[in-house]
Amino acid sequence: MDYFIELVFSGLTRGSIYALIALGYTMVYGIIGLINFAHGEIYMIGAFTALIASTVLNILGLPLYAVLILTALAAAVWAAAYGYTVERLAYRPLRNAPRLSPLISAIGMSIFLQNYVMLAQTSDFQPFPALIPEFAFLEPFAAVVGSTDLTILAVSALLLLLLTLLIKYTRTGKAMRATAQDQKMALLLGVNVDRVISITFVVGSALAAVGGLLIASHIGQINFSIGFIAGIKAFTAAVLGGIGSIPGAVLGSFVLGLTEAFATGYVSSDYEDVFAFSLLVLILIFRPAGLLGKAAVEKV
Amino acid sequence: MLELRGIDVFYDKIQALHEVSLAIQPGEIVALIGANGAGKSTTLMAISGIAPPRRGEVLFEGQPITRLTPDAIVKLGICQVPEGRHIFPDLTVAENLDMGAFLRRDAKAIAADRDMLYELFPILAKRRNQPGGNLSGGEQQMLAISRALMARPRLLLLDEPSMGLAPLITRQIFAIIQKINQEQNTTIFLVEQNANLALQTADRGYVLENGRVVMQDRAATLLSNTAIQKAYLGI
Repeated sequence: MDYFIELVFSGLTRGSIYALIALGYTMVYGIIGLINFAHGEIYMIGAFTALIASTVLNILGLPLYAVLILTALAAAVWAAAYGYTVERLAYRPLRNAPRLSPLISAIGMSIFLQNYVMLAQTSDFQPFPALIPEFAFLEPFAAVVGSTDLTILAVSALLLLLLTLLIKYTRTGKAMRATAQDQKMALLLGVNVDRVISITFVVGSALAAVGGLLIASHIGQINFSIGFIAGIKAFTAAVLGGIGSIPGAVLGSFVLGLTEAFATGYVSSDYEDVFAFSLLVLILIFRPAGLLGKAAVEKV
Repeated sequence: MLELRGIDVFYDKIQALHEVSLAIQPGEIVALIGANGAGKSTTLMAISGIAPPRRGEVLFEGQPITRLTPDAIVKLGICQVPEGRHIFPDLTVAENLDMGAFLRRDAKAIAADRDMLYELFPILAKRRNQPGGNLSGGEQQMLAISRALMARPRLLLLDEPSMGLAPLITRQIFAIIQKINQEQNTTIFLVEQNANLALQTADRGYVLENGRVVMQDRAATLLSNTAIQKAYLGI
């Protein structure tokens, strides 16, 4: 039973990291219909920013909690700046181009960012410090859930709650939903659509950066290529849940995370990806629009 | 109040409007009639800044607005209800109305306007927490007009408000358009294929053919013009 619960926690932890990244894919897709292939790289840049920031802060001798919070802020802000810039440089000039052009531009941006980080940071794995403190109260349960798992779950839950509040209740959130549903009408009501799109990239990038920090601290090492597989997995989760849908991305992430955890735990970690992608194929056969996605109906 | 001076609008290489000029005085209802594809909607999109003219000028209260962005034009007091209503389907009725007031910051006055519109259209009050996509065509048209009024426009642009509606609902909508014009002193520029109804409602009318203004006069005069009767009124 302990083993089962341990796998559940492991799956939920993976799921929440996927969710933090998948939200960026799904929000951007929802608003401009683009698969932002450079999003995994933003997550990777978030992790590297965290590495640099935490190293500096540790040298300054700040307490562990302060280091964690300031590092998260630094990673979120810096990654958001990258997300904003990528949109301005690589996607906005192609807003009215055929749909394939921004897609190619996104792939190019992804390759560029990977190589840029590789040149700056080498292709070796760099050790990442453990930023998440060990909680004494968790010691009796150490067999099933670790401090890192719990922190990842708690931070993700908090961020998801904040995002939900932002989208549901604020003026900006309403403008984001309106723009996603009918961009031309949003323009006609005075919404600055360019700004709404920028905000979407900024929010998605900041979430991915926090995900990058949390998982890097959990695994203990990073290099320039970690964004690729994490990006593909999170994208899979977003498609699984129904791309464009925010609750769908979260649900898809947890389904994917749990599937991988059980596949690893009961079969073999060699089969982790086989199960993950088989699940994707199965779900798309029966629900082509994803778990919570809407089938595209043309209504006149 | 609004003046178009010889505007040419292109979609890529195809010219949709040729030197269109027209003027709207404060407090008027002006109708723009014409066949399918004559350029009626394009004229409204040019005013709203979505399809900016390549040549010519758009003036609002004497100031050129030809090169302004759509949100700046809304801010000046021009709001459009586009053809097909364009209700945000997954936003509730109340949220759709909030979007109409997107550029306003006066929360109290916004709430008062919303209550006023709920009184004018009780069905919207009843359905305020339902998604806009669940409304019937007539209800969506009421919501679309209400949403535009939430912006407190001084000039309201209406594109085909009768489209897809039953005759009885259409009469209702047009009665309300006249009421808005008289009671709130909102100037209205109305684009319609239903020329008969449009000219009965309007003070003056313009006729658009293949992207050119071919006739303009008092609405009553146009209604009794035999050429108009033949071409647009089916008499």
